[in-house]
Amino acid sequence: MNQKQILILGIGNVLWADEGFGVRCVEALNQNYEFGDNVKIMDGGTQGIYLVQHVQEADVLVVFDAIDYGLKPGTLKQIYNDDVPKFMGAKQMSLHQTGFQEVLAMAEFTGNYPADLLLVGCQPVELEDFGGSLRAEVKAQVQPAIDIALEYLKQFGVEARPANGQKQALSPDQLNLSDYEQGRPDEDAACRTGDIRVIGGATGSSK
Amino acid sequence: MNTPLNSKLLDSSGRRIVVDPVTRIEGHMRCEVNVDENNIIRNAVSTGTMWRGLEVILKGRDPRDAWAFVERICGVCTGCHALTSVRAVEDALGIEIPLNAHLIRHLMDKTLNIHDHVVHFYHLHALDWVNPVNALKADPKATSALQQKISSSHPLSSPGYFRDVQTRIKKFIESGQLGLFANGYWSNPAYKLPPEADLMAVAHYLEALDMQKEIVKIHTIFGGKNPHPNFMVGGVPCAINLDGTGSSGAPVNMTSLNFVLERIREAEAFIKNVYIPDVIAIATLYKDWMYGGGLSASNVLSYGTHTVVPGDKSTDLIPAGAIINGNWDEVHPVDVRNPDEIQEFVDHSWYQYANGAKGLHPWDGETEAKFELGPNFKGTKTNIKELDESAKYSWIKSPRWKGHAMEVGPLSRYIIAYASGKEYVQDQVDRSLSAFNQATGMDLGLKQFLPSTLGRTLARALDSELCVDSMLDDWHQLVNNIKNGDTSTANVEKWDPKTWPKEAKGVGTNEAPRGALGHWIKIKDGKIENYQAVVPTTWNGSPRDGNGNIGAFEASLLNTPMERPDEPVEILRTLHSFDPCLACSTHVMSEDGQELTKVKIR
Repeated sequence: MNQKQILILGIGNVLWADEGFGVRCVEALNQNYEFGDNVKIMDGGTQGIYLVQHVQEADVLVVFDAIDYGLKPGTLKQIYNDDVPKFMGAKQMSLHQTGFQEVLAMAEFTGNYPADLLLVGCQPVELEDFGGSLRAEVKAQVQPAIDIALEYLKQFGVEARPANGQKQALSPDQLNLSDYEQGRPDEDAACRTGDIRVIGGATGSSK
Repeated sequence: MNTPLNSKLLDSSGRRIVVDPVTRIEGHMRCEVNVDENNIIRNAVSTGTMWRGLEVILKGRDPRDAWAFVERICGVCTGCHALTSVRAVEDALGIEIPLNAHLIRHLMDKTLNIHDHVVHFYHLHALDWVNPVNALKADPKATSALQQKISSSHPLSSPGYFRDVQTRIKKFIESGQLGLFANGYWSNPAYKLPPEADLMAVAHYLEALDMQKEIVKIHTIFGGKNPHPNFMVGGVPCAINLDGTGSSGAPVNMTSLNFVLERIREAEAFIKNVYIPDVIAIATLYKDWMYGGGLSASNVLSYGTHTVVPGDKSTDLIPAGAIINGNWDEVHPVDVRNPDEIQEFVDHSWYQYANGAKGLHPWDGETEAKFELGPNFKGTKTNIKELDESAKYSWIKSPRWKGHAMEVGPLSRYIIAYASGKEYVQDQVDRSLSAFNQATGMDLGLKQFLPSTLGRTLARALDSELCVDSMLDDWHQLVNNIKNGDTSTANVEKWDPKTWPKEAKGVGTNEAPRGALGHWIKIKDGKIENYQAVVPTTWNGSPRDGNGNIGAFEASLLNTPMERPDEPVEILRTLHSFDPCLACSTHVMSEDGQELTKVKIR
């Protein structure tokens, strides 16, 4: 019997604080667990359309991402199957805006769509902090998010074993969480504010 | 002579139309135009609404690590930023890379260009020309005949094949969500293709999806993985052992090199049999829509790329150069180190320079924000209804070459390569123009045909062909070099910062998919002291400068008639032809997943 192909994907931009939640989840998952050959763990970063072939190949897809569902910051939410939003438009200005919903819609259009899909999302505390890392509330949800995913994957016969020794990292070492946090220049050296609506905000304060 | 328009000559008295594609979290790009009583665009204002702070997060970090950070700036330009970054560091430290690394970087870089161009055309830009809903009306038999007419060597051309694709579209649209094709302006008369061409294009949309996933595997062979392949200062992070075995992650061997060759050949077939014929067919059917040339008709810039002999820029397949005022008879040399040539201005950008400096060369660049709106803006600071372009109005700076606004990108480099006498490029361009003229019965000259939205889109397809053809040369040279006993892939003599001078500065350049890309670095005591990237979209999307010179996005929209001002098909079509790339994506999913472009008419 063919084993189901499992893809565990973290998406988001590690350079924008809590936007990096998904990538940090798969980083920790990869460091701490081992799986069979049918399980692929991937740091999807901010790749849009370019992830579509990996989605097409998966029978079961687990995605970690920051989500904006208007929840209390730091809250985890699980979304299953068709509830994971699918949207694709013709009006995007750049490939970057082809978010993950579009990737899912595209995979569906080609007829190769995962039979089972789980999104483990976390409501961010802070996005507008370029070069920053996960906020404490969000960082505290990395392991719970992993636990949710592992529990979900059990029904597909996926067994997670504790990792033995050093594993090859998913991302370049330069971006691993501790180096990333410790190597950050201080605020005086590097302004951290972001979007127009932040800088132009009512209080005018920078973060 | 073809002098670019100055902002003083623009008429902003007509109705103002605001197009603001709102992303989930951040604004990315916003465009405002004024149309006259005939709905012709007479003034255009393009603004980057998101701050790009790449430079500031690199300060104080190890220069050898910079590539990994710049690779995360955005989702698309990953590899070209990484490559340009390691080049800047190598330039600063005087590191020469081995021939194998030179060739492998070529293969990586050209793969990225092809991948980016194909995905851009089929999965983003095509919907500016192609109406998938209209494809439902197509006759599969007539579509098959059309396919065989435009490209007789493409095997997927039977009526049954197109019937299957049509069924798939129908099923998708009938599922109620319209999915892929939601939110198009599908009843707009700006869409001009017959249903058969629409159906053929949707079929190729699917074929392109299969093609892109194959070619990108080349990144996995040489860069360890995809997405986010690895780069390294001094060479490439892969070992070579021709007699070895194993695939991903193992040293490069003959099996993996042959795998690369197969992917190149597949891409070659797709580009020659599908991509280029499609672009020419679309151009033919839109022969009356030769708008959008803008600045490309006068000022274009290229840094040059695909250097055949390492270190010798005169062997670039795509040469460096600048053309101004439409004078193709004179290609000016470009020196990216000269402080008087490339300078960034902030007269209309939300930044300020210390000491009232005017233009700054990137080595001396500053990134200090100063957000203020002009006296005539409408709305509130957090909800801007109309910008005042007489004051600061964008987060994008205005780079200029010797004071001139310049367009960059595949079209620019193709104009410069053509004018520089590069025969391969001249042959490609002449063939395309003659095919267009023959099919349309028109007699356009090069200067009427190339500087246009369609010309920009065509140049990208021709650029892909140049990349894939020269990849075959790179591949053969690489295999020969390895067979001659050279397996070196990295020069690590200067890996240790102890071997570095106390202070150093360098520049890395590339012609990225979107055009001229430069990273300028200053290193002090082994750390990054200053880092400035001037990306293609900074050139093209720049606001006006203090002398009223207009950037490429704005210039391209002028004098374009709109069918329906509340449906900005024409604006999106032309802006998409630049493959714009504004800062990084934030990727947060929202509940309804909807991300609508707002169009407001005032």
